Amino acid sequence: MTAALPPMITTTPIATPTTATQTMQRARRARRGVKIRITVPIIIIGLYVIGAITVPVIYGFDPLRTELVDRLKPPGTTLSNGSIAFLGTDQIGQDLFAQMMMGARVSLAVGASTLIFAGLAGVTVGLLAGHFGGWMDTVLMRIADVQLAFPAILLAILLASVLGQGLTNIIIVLSIANWVVFARVTRSQVLALKNREFVEAGRALGAGHFHLIVRTLLPGCVAPILVVATVEFGHVILAEAALSFLGVGVPIGVPSLGSTIQAGTAYLTSAWWISTLPGIALAGLVLATGVLGDALRDFYDPTLRGA
Amino acid sequence: MADSTPLLKVRNLRVAYPIRSSVLMRHIGDNVAVSDVSFDLHQGETVGLVGESGSGKSTIARTIIGLVKASDGSIEFEGKDIARASWRQLKSIRREMQMVFQDPYASLNPRLTVRDIIAEAWRVHPGVVPRGAWTSEAKALMDRVGLNPDYSDRYPHQFSGGQRQRIGIARALALRPKLIVCDEAVSALDVSVQAQVLNLLEDLQADLDLSYLFISHDLSVIEHLCDRVLVLNRGVVVEQGTVDQLFDNPQDDYTKRLLAAVPVVRPWLEPT
Amino acid sequence: MTEPATARVDSLEGDPPLLRVEGLEVEFSTSAGVLRALDGVSFEVRAGETLAILGESGSGKSVTAQAVMALLPQPAGSIVGGRIWYGGRDIAAEPVKQVRKLCATEIAMIFQDPLSSLNPVFRVGDQVAEPFRRRRGMDKRQALGKALELLKRVGIPNAETRIRDYPHQFSGGQRQRIMIAMAIALKPRLLIADEPTTALDVTVQAQIMDLLADLQAETGMGLILISHDLGVVADVAQRAAIMYAGRVVETGSIREIYDHPAHPYPKGLLESIPSEGARGQRLTPISGSPPNLLAVPSGCPFHPRCEFAIDVCRTDVPMLRRPEGWEAGHEAACHRSEEVL
Repeated sequence: MTAALPPMITTTPIATPTTATQTMQRARRARRGVKIRITVPIIIIGLYVIGAITVPVIYGFDPLRTELVDRLKPPGTTLSNGSIAFLGTDQIGQDLFAQMMMGARVSLAVGASTLIFAGLAGVTVGLLAGHFGGWMDTVLMRIADVQLAFPAILLAILLASVLGQGLTNIIIVLSIANWVVFARVTRSQVLALKNREFVEAGRALGAGHFHLIVRTLLPGCVAPILVVATVEFGHVILAEAALSFLGVGVPIGVPSLGSTIQAGTAYLTSAWWISTLPGIALAGLVLATGVLGDALRDFYDPTLRGA
Repeated sequence: MADSTPLLKVRNLRVAYPIRSSVLMRHIGDNVAVSDVSFDLHQGETVGLVGESGSGKSTIARTIIGLVKASDGSIEFEGKDIARASWRQLKSIRREMQMVFQDPYASLNPRLTVRDIIAEAWRVHPGVVPRGAWTSEAKALMDRVGLNPDYSDRYPHQFSGGQRQRIGIARALALRPKLIVCDEAVSALDVSVQAQVLNLLEDLQADLDLSYLFISHDLSVIEHLCDRVLVLNRGVVVEQGTVDQLFDNPQDDYTKRLLAAVPVVRPWLEPT
Repeated sequence: MTEPATARVDSLEGDPPLLRVEGLEVEFSTSAGVLRALDGVSFEVRAGETLAILGESGSGKSVTAQAVMALLPQPAGSIVGGRIWYGGRDIAAEPVKQVRKLCATEIAMIFQDPLSSLNPVFRVGDQVAEPFRRRRGMDKRQALGKALELLKRVGIPNAETRIRDYPHQFSGGQRQRIMIAMAIALKPRLLIADEPTTALDVTVQAQIMDLLADLQAETGMGLILISHDLGVVADVAQRAAIMYAGRVVETGSIREIYDHPAHPYPKGLLESIPSEGARGQRLTPISGSPPNLLAVPSGCPFHPRCEFAIDVCRTDVPMLRRPEGWEAGHEAACHRSEEVL
């Protein structure tokens, strides 16, 4: 088993703690918490998903309904129809909890579809650039650099003004803004894998490009892509909220978390809950994805595996 | 052996890696890894390439197997020039030449089972073994290289180093090749296991009429296994000959130095 | 920290061993369970003597060195039993910090891979001079002078100019020479070399072994050579300890072991090596694979691979003993040495 231990790194025989020792300590600590750090965020995100699917249905949520008697009621108020709005109501008398869950539904849907599009595009680009190298790599990665230098907000405003507001447009904008991350991570993973002996073994068998990319390189990229996707999920939801808050996101009448927060800002002094509670919900969701992504990274990191 | 055309005929092989300027990627020179290497390898024969790090021995192996492009010279397999072969011809030549890699840990895809690692060859070359027979054929190969066929659903990390190298050999055998290039194939193994693998290679050669191109830095292994040997130093063949010629009567200074440096297990038995 | 009150053992004998390891036990806790990397390892080294610790991967030879140097990966690995006597103290019982301090000046170690042991961003001169500045309190100029002297001693050509170079500008053999220079800087009494030539070319290998032997003759330090290669150490070491599955299975003079092994494992190892004069002959390998330390076989750990194993081998752990008919000082852990070897 000695061979499996990390190499000793000491510059001199002088008594300084070795890097290997530190790595091991980090590994122990990291592994201890990893299971909890994975399960807890998954449960939280799961609750959001369940809530987003069921709550609007249970409440019979209708975004266009206005109930002026029930406007701006604080959390826990009994409404005119006898139900209790335990998170209060907004400026047009909608139950805030139902509205938030409807918003979560939009946010999650936008997040998921963006990930699929950005992920597909980014992973494909990353695989091609990494596998073929040369001019293909140069061209694709320069495009990625240009993309990174172009602010997503600007793109969103541009697209909203050209195509008009709509969920599809948001997904397009966010996909364009986020594919680069996938491309970069995939490419660097491919570059790391490409010279591994088992990939060369595939080439020595006579495997073609398609076989190497799909059957050998792609499976090796799954773990880092999953990590990035999780972290990006949070980013995308946040970006959607930001765009909606700025008024270039979801169209009026579609209550996303961002647009609900935005709508509440006018009533911050009189009805604090309209902005604050969706804000907390948003923060909780983004935090959960961030922690999950971080935990997945530790989980898949072979250097953090036990000896 | 010498009566027929050689299985592999290498002439004036030169491999150079271009050095490019960092800014404009202009070609500003060459890093020559191998130059003017020529040799023949006949059916059923084992030819050894021996040399120290940087001698170019692995580059030659990788060029022959097609992982590296030759800059000049020719490589003929059964009379067909690999450099001039069409894509389709090349693919069929590739079937006849397989490789066993040095590192039994890195050369097996950790995400595939042993069965899938072996079947990978049949996936790449359809028509060799029908899909329905993959499992039984893979098990037969495992049995042939001394692995328990019941373990065909296990992953590489569940095997020891020597067993993994057997998996690598089974993979190389899957396409029933004529030539197997062994690049430091036993160097990473413990002594007791190394002897097992060397014996296996010898058995397979006898049973399947295989030819080996055996690359190693370990002169005792080369001496044990090979019929003929090429000694490489800095990309150039400094001496070649039969094992007897080379080990009993080395001509080149570098060969002599190399032989003198080989550690002797019982130095007290050596004449001083 | 006060000096632990340990009995001085070395006063009892005429020529006390520099280092004496007694029944050392080391365990690692891994995600797959607790494995016993060392199980009752004993050996000693005297000043001026070279001991080879030989074994295959997983035999525990490197763990032994790590345990002595207090370099066991923390907190996974720990010494759970046995003693390490050095200078009359049991350093196995002392806190890691104190052992490291001792190792800084008296016990030095070199590793297999010199490139990862040298800091890539500092000039080699400064790295070799470091111990003089830190431990001897020399100023920079003096320390560099000492470093130059050392680099010349270990055979770095043009040391005057190369002292300003960085590690990557040296070849593998030269890097190992630099590591050796750093290790002997403070004139240690014991040097532990863990596979010092494994990463090097054959021709360089011999030079490094010669250098180590020369330095030892000059300084009279004790030397522990850890290797998997039975041939590399044969010229330099006087005694050997052969390890298998965390135990010493045979120990004695290297010549005695190689010529008349008293344990089937070293015998099998020696027969596995393709030797000259046996060209074209079939090798006789040891069957099977080295054991998984998480599931070490009962009794003698070698029994599943041993052609001579009988029932007692499967049940009783053999102790190191001198088999009848073998020389004094030659010990093997085998129930059947006399009958079968």
